[in-house]
Amino acid sequence: MREHLDAASATLAARIRVTCALALLAGAACQSAPASSPSPGAGAFPLVIHESGGGTVRLDHQPRRIVSLSPTATEMLFAIGAGKQVVAVDDQSDYPSTAPMTKLSGFQPNVEAIAGYSPDLVVAAEDIGGLVAGLTAVSVPTLVEPAAKDLNGTYAQLRELGTATGHGPGAEAVVSKMRTDVASTVASVGKPARRISVYHELDQTYFSATSRTFIGQVYTLLGLQDIADRATGAAPDYPQLSSEFVVSSAPDLIVLADTKCCSQNQQTVAARPGWAGIPAVRSGEVVAVDDDVASHWGPRIVDFMRQVAPHVSRLERQAA
Amino acid sequence: MLRDALRRPAPATLPGLPRLPALWAGAGVALLAVAVTTGVLVGPVHVSLATVGEALLRPPFLGTQTGPDAGQLTILWSIRFPRVVLGALVGALLATAGAGYQGVFRNPLADPYLLGAGAGAILGATLAIVLTRGSPLVGAGVVPIAAFAGAAGAVAAAYVLGRSLGDRRNPTTLILAGVVVAAFLTAVQTYVQQSQTDSLRQVYSWILGRLVTAGWDSTAATLPYAAAGIGVIFAHRRLLDALAVGEEEVTSLGVSPRRVRLVVVAAATLCTAAAVAAAGAIGFVGIVVPHTVRLLLGTSYRVVLPMSTLLGAAFLVLADTAARTIAAPAEVPIGVITAMVGAPFFLVVMRSTRVRDL
Repeated sequence: MREHLDAASATLAARIRVTCALALLAGAACQSAPASSPSPGAGAFPLVIHESGGGTVRLDHQPRRIVSLSPTATEMLFAIGAGKQVVAVDDQSDYPSTAPMTKLSGFQPNVEAIAGYSPDLVVAAEDIGGLVAGLTAVSVPTLVEPAAKDLNGTYAQLRELGTATGHGPGAEAVVSKMRTDVASTVASVGKPARRISVYHELDQTYFSATSRTFIGQVYTLLGLQDIADRATGAAPDYPQLSSEFVVSSAPDLIVLADTKCCSQNQQTVAARPGWAGIPAVRSGEVVAVDDDVASHWGPRIVDFMRQVAPHVSRLERQAA
Repeated sequence: MLRDALRRPAPATLPGLPRLPALWAGAGVALLAVAVTTGVLVGPVHVSLATVGEALLRPPFLGTQTGPDAGQLTILWSIRFPRVVLGALVGALLATAGAGYQGVFRNPLADPYLLGAGAGAILGATLAIVLTRGSPLVGAGVVPIAAFAGAAGAVAAAYVLGRSLGDRRNPTTLILAGVVVAAFLTAVQTYVQQSQTDSLRQVYSWILGRLVTAGWDSTAATLPYAAAGIGVIFAHRRLLDALAVGEEEVTSLGVSPRRVRLVVVAAATLCTAAAVAAAGAIGFVGIVVPHTVRLLLGTSYRVVLPMSTLLGAAFLVLADTAARTIAAPAEVPIGVITAMVGAPFFLVVMRSTRVRDL
């Protein structure tokens, strides 16, 4: 039993680890500088990419057979216009629906199965189980794009993928559109008269996310106060909160990122013992979001912000 | 002294056996009272003794809670009280089940998960989580039911397997069958879990323990099983004492030893399944608490069983109080607390028994 728990905990730790480096190094730490000029197309190759994690990846020609083992990377590749070069994506990459989903796993990667797709570029979120070493041994270049810890990290990854796939201009376009959309969404919520508090829920046992996480940074941009920040002592990123703490924190806004995994909604939250009196529950400011959109660090985070922003605006008007 | 306490039970059979001394019974009740008081008073949200007193005088079924500390009264009645009560129930269930299994198998290392109840419960819960993903059944509490069925099913399978393996009089066969069943179910569970990474966190937080989400509904659902299971084990305390002396001792009372084993194993499994369904697979309580009682008070089941029930309840309430307090307002998994106390204790027990029994 104990071994079993350890195994589960190790896998889980791998799954939910979303730190990039120290939070203090926001932005810059996750940015990587493409070694070559960002000029697009096949002409830019060969090139060398220096990853933020310290690795270097050499690409002799523009990749034509890309395998993505990361749902976020899949979204990014399709957003920047590299979708046609993608031949296989992992079993969690369900967006966009046109992505060629396979049984490949990003959590238990099998080098042989990946190599079976004859990739000339593999993109993964984590170097698990000797993935990079295994693929290097069979001469497959592998880019690791770990979970970003803020939007700057997202922009840097988009650009890196743009460079690696020969879609630099496509990546630039996505980044500038995201920047514009984020700015207008942030502007739409105005300046709060008081700090509006938010509880971000990852599952129905009250696992939450602090401001040190990607999603927490998004809340900071929207001017929200994350109640999980008081629990950083035990788990700086994703603490499990006590029910009574959530109730006594009286969050103005509750965001449910456990609608798909755990079927949570406004009714199930209101039915929890003692939760009916929470301001967010009383005023109906319980937002049910798509678990995946809220946990990826790709372009769809703009959709998430647009879904949450009206609630923030409404709360601000009430507070004023 | 430690070694003496763990020696094969003294041949102090019927009649005129040690009964639970009133002093110790009083001490056990007092300890449970202290644990419950601590559990009620201590938590991430500070409440004063006066507020707790007021809460006790104004239960929610006597009207809506209003006034300046309505929020605290809600927290106490809706969240903290049920959690303390459920913790006490689960601790009592696990400790009593552990003592029962140890009596039946005459094996000091027997614990509530010995016959595969833990592995079965985790597999049941995992399957329920994976299969009901995205359906409203999750809210209907199908996971605890599946965990209960898994625990009971695993032990039933171990029992049938153990009997089919031959030597019906030797409980070791049953233990080995339990080990085989547990290993098999754990393998199946790991496979399901790894192939359904979407549900991984769900499964994981279920395994870690679920007192975090306790409410009166889960407490009420556990109570009947606790009453029935603990009641049946208590009713067999004399026979367990006789069994400790030898099978002939039981036979001489006109009772079949195999029947005693079957009934106590069934009742202990009921206890374990109810505990796991309500709170996840919490380890070490079922082994630490009965052994502590033996060390302090001797090996008669007429003492060990009721004291294990009381101390098990007190221990888990205190462990859960620590779980929600030491990193407040974040939770520490309760299994971490019980194992951190349990593992060193277990070593002491093993060291003390090495010379004679191992």
